[in-house]
Amino acid sequence: MIYIILSVFLGLFILVMAVVAVHNQNIKVAIIAAGIVSLFSSILYLILAAPDVAMTEAAIGSGLSTVIFFYVLNKIRKNNA
Amino acid sequence: MLKKGIILAIIVAFAAIFLNLLSSFNGNTELSDLSSYYAKNEPAQIGAANLVTAIVVTYRGLDTLGEVVILFLSAAIVSFLLKLSHDEQNNEARKNELRPSSELLQTATRILVPIIFMFGAYVFINGHLTPGGGFQGGAIIASGFVLLLLAKPDMKINHNLISTIESISGVSFVIIGILGIFLAGGFLDNNIIGLGTFGTLLSAGAIPIIYIFIGLKVGSELSSIVGTYNETQKEN
Repeated sequence: MIYIILSVFLGLFILVMAVVAVHNQNIKVAIIAAGIVSLFSSILYLILAAPDVAMTEAAIGSGLSTVIFFYVLNKIRKNNA
Repeated sequence: MLKKGIILAIIVAFAAIFLNLLSSFNGNTELSDLSSYYAKNEPAQIGAANLVTAIVVTYRGLDTLGEVVILFLSAAIVSFLLKLSHDEQNNEARKNELRPSSELLQTATRILVPIIFMFGAYVFINGHLTPGGGFQGGAIIASGFVLLLLAKPDMKINHNLISTIESISGVSFVIIGILGIFLAGGFLDNNIIGLGTFGTLLSAGAIPIIYIFIGLKVGSELSSIVGTYNETQKEN
């Protein structure tokens, strides 16, 4: 029962963060929100008994892709300045 | 107004589709035919304690080879495209110094990075026993590498070493797969050196060897992608 409540809360939080990632005007906030979506969905995968997917999501989704987004953002800003 | 109406109609259509899926969903209480085949025959055929690994590396081994090839292609394309812009901008000969990272981060990196690398190696060596495997271990190693880059942005990356590790592990993966044709049932069959005792580290035939190579390959590819992006930050 507690797992169901936890996963419902996680799902709602993921939805909120996804809306923030799409609609926020500040790109940095949007990137962080997209990373948080990945991080919390990896917890959700763990609750749904898929530890393999959770590991991949946590490392690639919230770690590597966030860092790459920031690198690209920095590069675009420099080139446009 | 019309645009909002269209968007609303699309959302309602999606809701109808998902409601239909949800109402017809009833959880399985027992395994399907395919799953029960895997669960019943896997210990005798493959001998890996982690069923997911047995499916990913052996039953669906060709898919894994394809995924590794896709990752290799994307890493190659990233380094190729960023290399071109790198050469263009070097002509302007303008290099900015990156701001040094905080001492807190540098000290923590010195302690954490070896542990993260070791955990990544643990995950892919034990891929046939515990959750995880080559992709997960490689991704963990690459995130340790990201931490290293954040602490020392000026670090020189040895691209020759990374590409050597990457190509040797890729070729070895395919060679082990081809050995399976001659010594076992077919391409990427794991039963080339015997299955060993179920549940021990040296079991499941070639799966630990294949996963070590996949882990090294994925780790070096993701590290090289992030490293190339980091190098392009210095210029202009």
